Amino acid sequence: MTNASLMTRETIVNVLLALLLLAIPLGASAMGEPFYITLATRIAVLALAAVGLNIALGLGGLVSFGHAAFFGLGGYAAGVLATHAFDGVPLFAGIPGTDSMPIIWLVTVVVCGLLALPIGAISLRTTGVYFIMITLAFAQMIYYFAISWPAYGGEDGLSIYVRSAFPGANAAQPLPFFLICYAVLMTALGLFWLLRGSRFGAALQAARQNATRLSAVGIAPFNIRLVAFAVSAMVTGVAGALFADLNKFVSPSMMSWHMSGELIVLIILGGKGRLFGPVAGAMLYVLFEFALGGITERWQFFLGLILLGVVLFARGGLLGLLAGKARHG
Amino acid sequence: MAEPVLEILELRKTFGALKATDGVSLTLMPGEIHALIGPNGAGKSTLIHQISGSIRPNSGTIRFLGQDMAGLDMAARARLGLGRSFQISSLVQEFSALRNVMLAVQARQGSSFRFFRPVMGDPTLTEPAMAMLERVGLAGRAHMPAAELSHGERRQLEIAIALALGSKAFLFDEPMAGMGPEGSKSLTKFLDGLRHEAPILLVEHDMDAVFALADRISVLVYGRVVATGTVDVIRNDPEVRRAYLGEAA
Ligand SMILES: Nc1ncnc2c1ncn2[C@@H]1O[C@H](COP(=O)(O)OP(=O)(O)OP(=O)(O)O)[C@@H](O)[C@H]1O
Ligand SMILES: [Mg+2]
Repeated sequence: MTNASLMTRETIVNVLLALLLLAIPLGASAMGEPFYITLATRIAVLALAAVGLNIALGLGGLVSFGHAAFFGLGGYAAGVLATHAFDGVPLFAGIPGTDSMPIIWLVTVVVCGLLALPIGAISLRTTGVYFIMITLAFAQMIYYFAISWPAYGGEDGLSIYVRSAFPGANAAQPLPFFLICYAVLMTALGLFWLLRGSRFGAALQAARQNATRLSAVGIAPFNIRLVAFAVSAMVTGVAGALFADLNKFVSPSMMSWHMSGELIVLIILGGKGRLFGPVAGAMLYVLFEFALGGITERWQFFLGLILLGVVLFARGGLLGLLAGKARHG
Repeated sequence: MAEPVLEILELRKTFGALKATDGVSLTLMPGEIHALIGPNGAGKSTLIHQISGSIRPNSGTIRFLGQDMAGLDMAARARLGLGRSFQISSLVQEFSALRNVMLAVQARQGSSFRFFRPVMGDPTLTEPAMAMLERVGLAGRAHMPAAELSHGERRQLEIAIALALGSKAFLFDEPMAGMGPEGSKSLTKFLDGLRHEAPILLVEHDMDAVFALADRISVLVYGRVVATGTVDVIRNDPEVRRAYLGEAA
């Protein structure tokens, strides 16, 4: 009984968060305030990146400190493909660039998945703090690779002159672009929800809580974690592609360890493993960045205080505060 | 004579200077309950761990259904039908009792790489899982998180999981521990029937249960099997009385 009422409460909170995120840019658009549309788009894209990480971290307990690499790869996929399309120069072997978002996302998913498999296969040999360090190390390697590749801007990054296109929408305009990002976020949340309730999700959550038990019933935790890591990387990668299109710019900083940390922070703030945790976390984070960032350069100090408070007093994050303890069937 | 389901030959395992398993050989025959008794620290759990694959022996052979287990990890052995329970219960704490069993049902059915269909409301998972809970008398607690179950109930749940795996041999490490006299009695009766489904290697301190159930008993002291035989033989073995039963009597 209490379970059922908690579940409806979380569902209500989730619906409200989804509507709030939609209402901000719609209202801003009506009032002719495009800046707030951009702000909401930033929330949606960061939330999407965190939904990806939430699969590995929240469901699987895999604290990847290297997800910025996938975020950045998505960004570079968007930047590089769009640049080649803009310049009319083929990528290699006569393959042209593209300014079509769906194709860019597809490339991103493939690239991130192909890279996440070996990175995950090596990282998942370790656990705990070693896993954190080895994922960081891989991300740093990719980061320095991007810095030292002058063809695509090196340290200075790469500007995207024209935002890529989405069939049937004028993505160059702030509101349609927001709606695209929002739709992708909602799709990712739907996938996360399905995944969490599926057989795979059951095994993944069991691997987090008790890997020995999972082995004892005949399911190898390594395989489950590896697939989760790859899927997680793919979702975060797509967010990176959107982030690049949002800023019309991609630089190695998207791959820096700060970015990896930021994604973890979003999840902790919102509530790890919770469906809408990343959304709540991204809202809080961007709100902070915007409200305090204008007043003081040191806004991250206050963010740190909040984070401390969450970790010490509200482990469930914002979702835990709003919707109560997580429910497990 | 029939082939043994499980055959252990000259198994050795040391922890530093400690010989936890010191040349153990034993068999588990079809339909039997083979009890493994011995004082605390004798190496009973260590032996179970090596059979199930969570600890690697230094040397020796473990053969299950005629197949050498060397090189197979715990998950692979479980898939072949080695079902175990843990001395200290090992469950998915946040999952309900039902979902703990459903995990085993899902494993038995094959692939866990199914990403979309919800497990709750999937009768191919919930129904067999519920049936197993009913068999161990835990159906009334199906929706309780494992973390909130009593000691005895967790033991029952571990057994339900091993049943759901369709195990071809059971390794139970002190399943009676933490159960009241009533619980032990009903579990004894349950295990008595279970041996016809698959043989049981039973580590147990409860001597009433052991004497009531065992077809054969092996006595482990300091990592060595000092005696193996029927209940009567073991009861009257002078060395066993001195080394082990004597202490208790
Ligand atoms: N991982 C380990 N590292 C070092 N020593 C260990 C390890 N596991 C067990 N031991 C030691 O090996 C010996 C056998 O332990 P084991 O747990 O197998 O005994 P047991 O017969 O199951 O005892 P009990 O009846 O108390 O459960 C003990 O002396 C124990 O301290
Ligand atoms: Mg023991």
